[in-house]
Amino acid sequence: MPINDEARVGFYICHCGHNIANMVDVTSVAEYAAKLPNVVLSRDYKYMCSDPGQEMILKDAEVFKLNRIVVASCSPLLHENTFRNATAKAGINQFYFQMVNIRENASWVHEDKELATVKAKDLVRAAISRVVFHKALEKKKVPVNPDVLIVGGGISGISAALNIANAGKKVYLVEKDPTIGGYMAKFDKTFPTLDCAACILTPKMSAVLKHPGITLMSYSEVAAVEGYVGNYQVKVTRKPRYIIEEKCVGCFACIDACIFKEAKFSDEFNEGLSKRKPVYIPFPQATPQVVLIDDKTCIHFKTGKCPQSCAKACDRNAFDFDQKPVTQELEVGTILLCTGFQPFDAARAPYYGYGRYPNVYTSLEVERLVNASGPTGGNVVLRDKTRPKSIGIIHCVGSRDEKTNKWCSRVCCMYSLKLAHLLKEHTDAEIYNFYIDMRTPGKGYEEFYDKLLNEGVHFIRGRVAEVSDWAINEHEKGKLVIRAEDTLIGMVRRIPVDMVVLAVGIEPGKDAQDIRRVFNISCSNEGFFLERHPKLAPVETFTDGIFIAGACQGPKDIPDSVAQAGAAAAQALALIDSGFVELEPNTAFINEELCCGCQVCINLCPYHAITFDETKSVSHINEAICKGCGTCVAACGSGAITQNLFEDQQILSEIYGLLVE
Amino acid sequence: MNASSSDILTQGLTVKLEADLDKNFGETIAREAHGEKLFGCIQCGNCSAACPLSVWMDYTPRKVIAMVRAGFKQEVLSNRTVWLCASCYQCTVECPKGIKITDVMYALKREAIENKVYPKNFPVPILARTFFNEVKRTGRINEIFLLTIYYLRYNIFKMLGYASLGMKLFMKRRLSLFEKGMSDKKEFKAMLNQ
Amino acid sequence: MKYLYYPGCSLKSSGKLYEISLLAVLKRLGVEVEELENWNCCGATNYMSINESYAIEITARNLAIAERMVGIEMIVPCAACFMGFLKTQKYMESDPVTREKVNDLLNKAGLSYTGKVKIRHPLDVLVNHLGTDALAKTAEMPLKGIKVASYYGCQLIRPYATFDDQWNPHTMDDIARAMGATPVDWPLKSRCCSGSMTSTMTGIGLRMNYVILKEAKSRGADVIITACPLCQFNLECFQGKISRKLKEDVRIPVMYFTQLMGLAMGIPAKQLGLKQMLSPSLVLT
Ligand SMILES: Cc1cc2nc3c(=O)[nH]c(=O)nc-3n(C[C@H](O)[C@H](O)[C@H](O)COP(=O)(O)OP(=O)(O)OC[C@H]3O[C@@H](n4cnc5c(N)ncnc54)[C@H](O)[C@@H]3O)c2cc1C
Ligand code: SF4
Ligand code: SF4
Ligand code: SF4
Ligand code: SF4
Repeated sequence: MPINDEARVGFYICHCGHNIANMVDVTSVAEYAAKLPNVVLSRDYKYMCSDPGQEMILKDAEVFKLNRIVVASCSPLLHENTFRNATAKAGINQFYFQMVNIRENASWVHEDKELATVKAKDLVRAAISRVVFHKALEKKKVPVNPDVLIVGGGISGISAALNIANAGKKVYLVEKDPTIGGYMAKFDKTFPTLDCAACILTPKMSAVLKHPGITLMSYSEVAAVEGYVGNYQVKVTRKPRYIIEEKCVGCFACIDACIFKEAKFSDEFNEGLSKRKPVYIPFPQATPQVVLIDDKTCIHFKTGKCPQSCAKACDRNAFDFDQKPVTQELEVGTILLCTGFQPFDAARAPYYGYGRYPNVYTSLEVERLVNASGPTGGNVVLRDKTRPKSIGIIHCVGSRDEKTNKWCSRVCCMYSLKLAHLLKEHTDAEIYNFYIDMRTPGKGYEEFYDKLLNEGVHFIRGRVAEVSDWAINEHEKGKLVIRAEDTLIGMVRRIPVDMVVLAVGIEPGKDAQDIRRVFNISCSNEGFFLERHPKLAPVETFTDGIFIAGACQGPKDIPDSVAQAGAAAAQALALIDSGFVELEPNTAFINEELCCGCQVCINLCPYHAITFDETKSVSHINEAICKGCGTCVAACGSGAITQNLFEDQQILSEIYGLLVE
Repeated sequence: MNASSSDILTQGLTVKLEADLDKNFGETIAREAHGEKLFGCIQCGNCSAACPLSVWMDYTPRKVIAMVRAGFKQEVLSNRTVWLCASCYQCTVECPKGIKITDVMYALKREAIENKVYPKNFPVPILARTFFNEVKRTGRINEIFLLTIYYLRYNIFKMLGYASLGMKLFMKRRLSLFEKGMSDKKEFKAMLNQ
Repeated sequence: MKYLYYPGCSLKSSGKLYEISLLAVLKRLGVEVEELENWNCCGATNYMSINESYAIEITARNLAIAERMVGIEMIVPCAACFMGFLKTQKYMESDPVTREKVNDLLNKAGLSYTGKVKIRHPLDVLVNHLGTDALAKTAEMPLKGIKVASYYGCQLIRPYATFDDQWNPHTMDDIARAMGATPVDWPLKSRCCSGSMTSTMTGIGLRMNYVILKEAKSRGADVIITACPLCQFNLECFQGKISRKLKEDVRIPVMYFTQLMGLAMGIPAKQLGLKQMLSPSLVLT
């Protein structure tokens, strides 16, 4: 085993309660480590991360004159910083520390204690042989740009933007749609208090628009992100509205004047339940209050032969048919992703007849139908304009199902109750809720369920197998028949209704994977953005300076989305107020003596950190840009590149330690 | 005390004592039915509602799954639900938890036959058994023979009800008494007799 | 292209008319078939209830023989056999224990199966291989104005088959359309016909067939077409009895889809077995 005479290693193994000690014989590992070269001291302890645990390192370092520390415990993601700080406090350079993960890599993943212990010993040996060759390094401090980018203008993005701007920081809010508001803008009322969604949301939307600290970039998307925590460079592409945003006052004269007398095209905001013209505004309170032209349906863009009556009607000369996408560059220090969700596509559950029977609706369509400013002005009528006398609401459509999405979407039980209440109020129909389990975990939620139970709404515990127009008696003729087992009674029931509402679940946004790549963060298996820790760091990501909030992180209702937005805003503000960030010194550097000037490394660096110094004829790495990925180190044929924390000697002795007892 | 009130004390009770359960039943059936997923059943009842025969079953398929899991061996094996399953796989393709209910039903049929606890003189197991023996004997099935043997075993009077249909088919030359069997059964039998 | 052909027991007895019409249609389309030599029963559903390993083993034997023969794509027209083959393949593929055990047995009988045989239903071959355009060209006497209710039943489309849409199967409708007929949309396309329950639990079996016949009729169908010998037998041969028992006339022509195709192709009725039907015959206008 490689030896460094000067190194005096202190080794600690943590029980992590039972987490490690149950599957790894910690005392035997401690005894084993004590005998390894360079090890001066070896201990096991119940919780190394606790205060007494850290104190122990401090005291030992002094008494035993330690100059290297190795801790075998959990994941470095969790506690590397804790122990590095303890090492530093003990007067030892924090990079003379090495952590061994024997929890995720041994105790949690094995079932044979003996073998898990052998593995733990191997890993410990590797770390000890490595740490003796560590070098003293310093973290680099860089200032944090105080400006913040928020992507997504739903309720999460709006709340976060106001929080941060109210703290006096500058916010860029980028929204891909022509208006902010997200899904909340489509709702009439919100559970459990049934307050009017517009009344609580629109003031916030206009506050965003008016706030001097917020630059709203609607109808825009982030095309590229470069840089690192505290110093991101962002390219935002603004899609053409064909209207000069600053000039339009939202008088809608152009919409009236459009050559299409009748609105003809499916209205996205109303879930296709109404029509709009090529020049339109998503809804009257859209923010910003600016119309736009849909170039896929506008005659001008299709044939070039429209008299452009819209533009002529505009007395503010706001039209510009030649607009092209424009890219704008921003510099920010932190980024909040609030890109939300997409509803489950009901056509993927063909047994419920969506798209086949006209009277099968999605919950979002019904949100629009009950909405006073919706396509029917809040008058709940079927597609043939008749009023439904009986309505079935089917829960868990595209949730809790291996064929579609496995997870519970968390909001649909509650919004189904809300819709049941609103539909009852609007139509006085018989209403049946088909649920598997009623999930009402929230303040005032169970009480809301109680209220519904007493409002005469029927509840049937059973997953619906099928909606069909197969009638077996007169009563069922002309109706949609819902078939489900009433599991609490143990009988199959056939319930004929006029209208079926599918409570579609919550899915990761359509472009979540693209966003993930642009911002270099991770997604969980389901495709929602992955938080740094499910309990302790729910709004942080594995990329420093990038935070997540709202339904993009997982299914969530409005109260939870707003709470997360607040948490993410606080995290960003904390980072900004700390003034600077410390960067890992794990960068690569080039030994100019050895560099032959072949420039192979330059093209390989994914971060464009390497340039060529013409005068010296050698390559040079910009430390501020280097991310320490190691690509160039491995590629350099002359062996001229070294990477801090990953020097050859360190890696080789680690491997040696791993393989040789 | 009259007879009916003493009946009420002993019959059709809605109580089950732990001691009367077969705690390994669930595991056995899960293994037999290719998977432990049945323990993941959330009792949603989709299988029961999807099943075209559940309306005639004494326990719905969902209930059968719950009873298997809990160890109600006696009740499950002696009820007629499993024998009414026509193996249409509707439940299996609809179960949100990916439970192969049809395979569970098959496993229960086998278990019932092995334990000889199926409802007495119930026609389905008799047909199954007849079919099984026929294939073992000849390698192929001749439906006329099959049905004849089946009715002889099950209920000869029932056969009369089908005689006219059989006659009609026979006259139309859609049934024949003699079908070409396998040309060589040696190796087939060798396989089955292992 | 040449296919292997596994008829199964039914097509040799109660499903005879399926076999003759299928072979006539395939011949007309220039599809060559060769019957699997010395095949045995597929085990069907009954076998599974007595001894699952046997059911899998005897089906594996058929697969082993098929693998030895020229073509490695085999047409299996009977829905129960078709599903049995797919199930056996699935189990052998995904469960190493079954695979080993079955291969052991096969080896002892001088056979082996390595998983190469592709099982195809005639509907799959017709729609996905030949294509409906090619089929339409063969319809010499298009069935104009005939309303067809396609009845798929269960095991043809689930749980393993992938050639058609499990929830809303359409291959038979596609064929009917190609033959100039008009498919009717109806909700019981793939509802179970009760299988052999017409013989075992007669009351239930007849009831289940009743709802299917009744619904097809009420949707205005002139004929029901099927692709499974058991479905066809149940729907056709019991409809008289059902009508008498339930005092409601649910009689309607029930044909194999191949018989319907044959009609449109101008193949003589006799060669399609149409003279041997028990249900009313389809009135061509
Ligand atoms: C039918 C239904 C009814 C509901 N009813 C209620 C209720 O009554 N009460 C309640 O509390 N909750 C309710 N919810 C849940 C509620 O919709 C969510 O909690 C809430 O919308 C989450 O807000 P968000 O901002 O995280 O996401 P979203 O509302 O999805 O907003 C995300 C925003 O980001 C934008 N965006 C997405 N991708 C990009 C990108 N790449 N670049 C820029 N912008 C992007 C989107 O355009 C959108 O504006 C309901 C949900 C549904 C489906
Ligand atoms: S250019 Fe013509 S079609 Fe397009 S929005 Fe204006 S008036 Fe309407
Ligand atoms: S919230 Fe309710 S309806 Fe939605 S997935 Fe969960 S259990 Fe199903
Ligand atoms: S469908 Fe599946 S999960 Fe639901 S009750 Fe049946 S077996 Fe259980
Ligand atoms: S497979 Fe059996 S239990 Fe399942 S739906 Fe069909 S008949 Fe019912």
